[in-house]
Amino acid sequence: MIKCKQATQMLSEKLDRTLSAKEKINLAMHTAICTPCRQFGKQMETIRELSKSYTKAKKPDEK
Amino acid sequence: MSNANLSVEMDSSAAVNVFQDAVFIEELRTQMLKFAKLQVRDNQLAEAAVQEAMFSAYQNIDRFARQAAFKTWVFSILKNKIIDLLRKEKRHTAASQLEEGPNLSGEALIEHLFEENGHWQKDERPKKWDQPEHGVENEHFWRIFDACLDALPAKYGRLFMMREFLEMDTPEICHNEDVSVSSLNVTLYRARLRLRECLEDHWFQKEKS
Ligand SMILES: [Zn+2]
Repeated sequence: MIKCKQATQMLSEKLDRTLSAKEKINLAMHTAICTPCRQFGKQMETIRELSKSYTKAKKPDEK
Repeated sequence: MSNANLSVEMDSSAAVNVFQDAVFIEELRTQMLKFAKLQVRDNQLAEAAVQEAMFSAYQNIDRFARQAAFKTWVFSILKNKIIDLLRKEKRHTAASQLEEGPNLSGEALIEHLFEENGHWQKDERPKKWDQPEHGVENEHFWRIFDACLDALPAKYGRLFMMREFLEMDTPEICHNEDVSVSSLNVTLYRARLRLRECLEDHWFQKEKS
């Protein structure tokens, strides 16, 4: 069983490479029972989306 | 670029209005400059890249009619210019030569966040982030986001921006920066850990309290 430390690293690396089948299973089993890591995974994706919209951010006066 | 030049042969095109809207162009230029300076630490080079990107956009303006599309497009030109600059800059500041920086970054941060048994420290467990989309509209949010990016150690910031802002792929970053794939992945992990913490502490949680 992997720990949060490894799980969070996989949740980040998931954005940079394809995880192996074994990693995917381990990660799925971990996040199924670990709320903080589940949040962490969502936040990794949010950070990616935020970075993408960085250059599209609007000033309040520019509707 | 003078207004006289602008109006010569394109007066019928709606796209020209983009360049005639001085306020829009000035705001866009400011935003582009900020973006370029984050990644290219040499201000003059950053300004030159923005200038060139604007000029390329101007030369090909007939392809664009809407301001929103224009902005995305001109930023994509700028991104390519920045990638070129970073390639040239390689010898001087490859990420492999940059410091990881003081304070809680690498191992120290990980020790701070996780218990010895590998689980989250109670206080450090990620909290739910409410409606980040709402935050995107908010100018204050982007100030926090910038501050959190700036607070990253130089090496983290450089690799993170290559991946997330310039959308460079792994082989390209590794080649350019003389880092191994695993070292890149670990650095990106640490950068995101730190950025996540910073955003949560200064924005997502603060909003609630
Ligand atoms: Zn966990």
